[in-house]
Amino acid sequence: MTPESTGRQRPARAPFSLRNAWHDVNTRAWIYQVLVVAGILGLAAYLIANAQHALAKQGISTGFSFLDARAGFEIGEKSIAFSSTDSFLRAYGVAILNTLKVSGASILLATVVGVVVGLGRLSTNPLMRKLASIYVEVFRNTPQLIQLVFWYTLIANLPRPREALSLGGAVFLSNRGLAVPWLADHAAPWILAAVVLAAFAAGGAARAVLARLARRHGRPWPGAALGSLAAAALPLAAGVALLWPLEITTPALRGFNFQGGLTLSPEFVALLLGLSLYIAAFIAEIVRSGVQSVGRGQIEAAHAVGLGRSDLYLKIIFPQALRVMVPPAAGQYVSIIKNSSLGVAIGYPELFNVNNTIVTLSGHTVEAIAIMMSIYLAISFVIAALMNLYNRCVQIRER
Amino acid sequence: MGQSALVSRAVVAQGRRRPPPQGKGGLLPWLRRNLFRSPLNALATLLSLWVLFVTLPRLLGWAVADAVWFSPDAEACKQAAGACWAVVPEKYRVMLFGTFPYDEQWRGMLVIAIILGLALYCALARPSARTVAASWMAAMALVFVLMLGGVAGLEPVSTHQWGGLPLTLIMFVGTVVGGVPLGVVLALGRRSSMPAIRAVCVGFIEVVRGLPLVTVLFMASLMLPLFMPEGMSIDKFLRAQLAMTLFFAAYAAEVVRGGLQAVGKGQYEAADTVGLNYRQKMIYIVLPQVGRIVLPAMMNEIIRAFKNTTFIGIIGMFDVLRATSTAIQDPVWVRYSIEAYLFIALLYLAMCYGMSRYSARLENELTVRR
Repeated sequence: MTPESTGRQRPARAPFSLRNAWHDVNTRAWIYQVLVVAGILGLAAYLIANAQHALAKQGISTGFSFLDARAGFEIGEKSIAFSSTDSFLRAYGVAILNTLKVSGASILLATVVGVVVGLGRLSTNPLMRKLASIYVEVFRNTPQLIQLVFWYTLIANLPRPREALSLGGAVFLSNRGLAVPWLADHAAPWILAAVVLAAFAAGGAARAVLARLARRHGRPWPGAALGSLAAAALPLAAGVALLWPLEITTPALRGFNFQGGLTLSPEFVALLLGLSLYIAAFIAEIVRSGVQSVGRGQIEAAHAVGLGRSDLYLKIIFPQALRVMVPPAAGQYVSIIKNSSLGVAIGYPELFNVNNTIVTLSGHTVEAIAIMMSIYLAISFVIAALMNLYNRCVQIRER
Repeated sequence: MGQSALVSRAVVAQGRRRPPPQGKGGLLPWLRRNLFRSPLNALATLLSLWVLFVTLPRLLGWAVADAVWFSPDAEACKQAAGACWAVVPEKYRVMLFGTFPYDEQWRGMLVIAIILGLALYCALARPSARTVAASWMAAMALVFVLMLGGVAGLEPVSTHQWGGLPLTLIMFVGTVVGGVPLGVVLALGRRSSMPAIRAVCVGFIEVVRGLPLVTVLFMASLMLPLFMPEGMSIDKFLRAQLAMTLFFAAYAAEVVRGGLQAVGKGQYEAADTVGLNYRQKMIYIVLPQVGRIVLPAMMNEIIRAFKNTTFIGIIGMFDVLRATSTAIQDPVWVRYSIEAYLFIALLYLAMCYGMSRYSARLENELTVRR
C-alpha cells in the first residue's frame, strides 16, 4: 500500500454539473444567503420608494435641516435653558437630559431598595423573609405602566401644598410634588458628586498601594486604614472648601406653592417610583441569587480560617457574588433607561414624549423617529460595551 | 445553620457538660430559634413588626373596614373615610370590554372564558403538544369569529372597537403564538454557519432589544402606514400585534440561543454522525432538549409579554388599563381612580402570579425528572 492511498487523501472532486452544485453544501449556503439578502434589500427598497412617493405627494421635504428651525413649544421641566424660540436640536438636548436625570435617580433608588429587599429575602428571620418576598411578588407581577399610573394618581390625590404631608418640617409631599432641602448653589450638586467620586478613587488607590506595601514587607502598616481614609478625605475637604459656605435652603410655603429647596414635580416623582420600585423587585432577586451562587465550600473555608462575619461578607461572599450580579443588574439598568419612555403616559418630558411633540410640530416623522431610536440604541450599546469590558476584567482566570 | 454548626465542640465538651438540646416543639422555643436568635435577628423581627404595625391597620382600615362596596351614585363614598370599591361594580363593563358595543359584550365575555379556560386546561391536564397546538388554533379561529362577527347572525364589530380584557388576551396569545416560532428561527439563524444570515439575525435581535417597546409600537403605528403602497392600509390592531410579536421574538430568540448553547456538543455531533440532515437534527434531537432547558426562562419572557400588553394603550388602543383610565373620566367617579387602578392591578397580579407559580412548579418537575 502506498502512502497516497490512505484515508487522509481528499476524495477526488466530482466533475462540475448543475446537479452536483445543487447538492453541494457550500453552494447551497451561498444561494440561501444571496436569496435572503436580496429579499431584505428588495423589501427595504420597495418600502422606501413607497415612503418617498407618499412624502413627495404630501409636499414634505426630507432631511435633517428642520433641527435648526424654531421649536415653537415649551418644555415644563428642563436642566438647561429652553424656550419656544430655541431650536428642535436644543429640545432634543433638554429631552435627553430629562431622560438621563430620571433614569439616573431611578437606578440609584432601585439599587438601594433592591439590595435591601434582596438581603431581606436572605435573612435568617422568617418574618423579614416573608415581607421581602411579598414585596418582590407584588411588584414583579403587576405591569409597570399600571404601577406608574397608580403612583401618579396617588400623588395627584395628595393634599394641596397648604396641607402638605411634612417630614420634620423640611421635606414636604403634596399634589405639587416633593419639596426637599437642597444646596442653594445649583452647580454644587455636580461638584459634590465629582468630589465624592474622587474621594472613592483616592481612597481605593491608597488602599491598593498600602496593601501592596504590606505584602512586600510581610506585615501591614499599623496606620493602613487611617492612611486610606486620609487619602479619601483630601478631595472631600478640597471640595467643601471650594463650595464654602455651603448654603442649604429649606422649602417653605409661599402663597400656593413651595419656595426654596428643590421641588420635584409630580411627574418626576411618579416616574421615579414607577421605574425604581418595579425594577427593585428584579434587583432583589439578582442580589439573592448572586449571594446564593457563592459555594458553601467558600463560606465553610472562611469559617475554617477564622474569618469574622464582616470579613466573610466583605472579602469572600461579596466579591464573588458581584461577578454574578453585575451583568443582569446592568440589564435591569438598561431596562430603566428604556422604560423611562413610559413617562409619556403621565406627561413627563423625556425623550420619547418630546419626540412625539417634535413629530407633530415638524411633520418630519421618519427623521425624528430615526433620531430617537439612534439615541436609545446608542445608550443601550454603550452600556452593553461597558458590560463586556467589565466581564472581561472580572472573569475568573484559570491557571 | 450558620457558624455554630461549623465550630468543633470536641474540646469544649471535655471540660464541662453541655446543656441538653432545646426542645423542638412549642411556640416559645420556636420564637427563640427563629425570631430572637441573635441581636441582629431580634432587630430584624422588631423592624418587620414595626413595618406591619404601621402599614397593616391603616391599609385594612382603608381597604376593608371603612370601605364602601356598593353605591350606584357614589353618594355613600363621599361620607366614607375608606376606599370606594363601588367604582368596580359601576364601571366594570367599560374596564373589561372597553369600547366594544354594549349589547354585544357577551361575546367578549365568551372570548375571555375560552382563552382562560383553554389555558387552564392545557396547564392542568397537559395534553400532547399536537393537541395543544390544534386546540389553540381552533380556539383562536373561534375567538376571531366571535370578536369580528359578520357571520352566523353576529353583528360585525371592527377591530378599532375592540377593547378591554378580550383585546389584552388576544394580543397576548397572538404575541406568544407568533413570537416563539419566530424566536426559534432567529436563534437558529444567529448560530448559523452562514455569515449573511447570522448578520441579519444578530442585527435584528440586537436592534430590537436596544429599543424601548413603546418606540417599536410607535413606529408600527406611525411609520408603517407611510411605507405602505398607496391605497393599502394595515389595520391598527394588526400593526400593534406585529410590533408586539417582533419585540417578543427578539427576547425569545436570546432565550432559545441560551438553550441551544446548553445542549451538549456531543448531541450535535452524534446527530451528524448518524446522517441526519440539519432539519432532522434540529427537530428530533436539539430543539426538544432546548425546549426543556429554556422553559423557565421562556415563561419569564411570556409573563413579561403579558405585562407589556398594557403598553398598547399608549398608541391609542383600549386595553384594560386604557379602558379603565377612560372609565374613570366620569366626573362622579374620577375621585376614586385609585381604587379602579388597584382593582386592575390585582387582576394582573392574580394572572401573572398564577403563571409564575406554575412556571416554578414545572421547573421543579423538570429538574427532578432529568
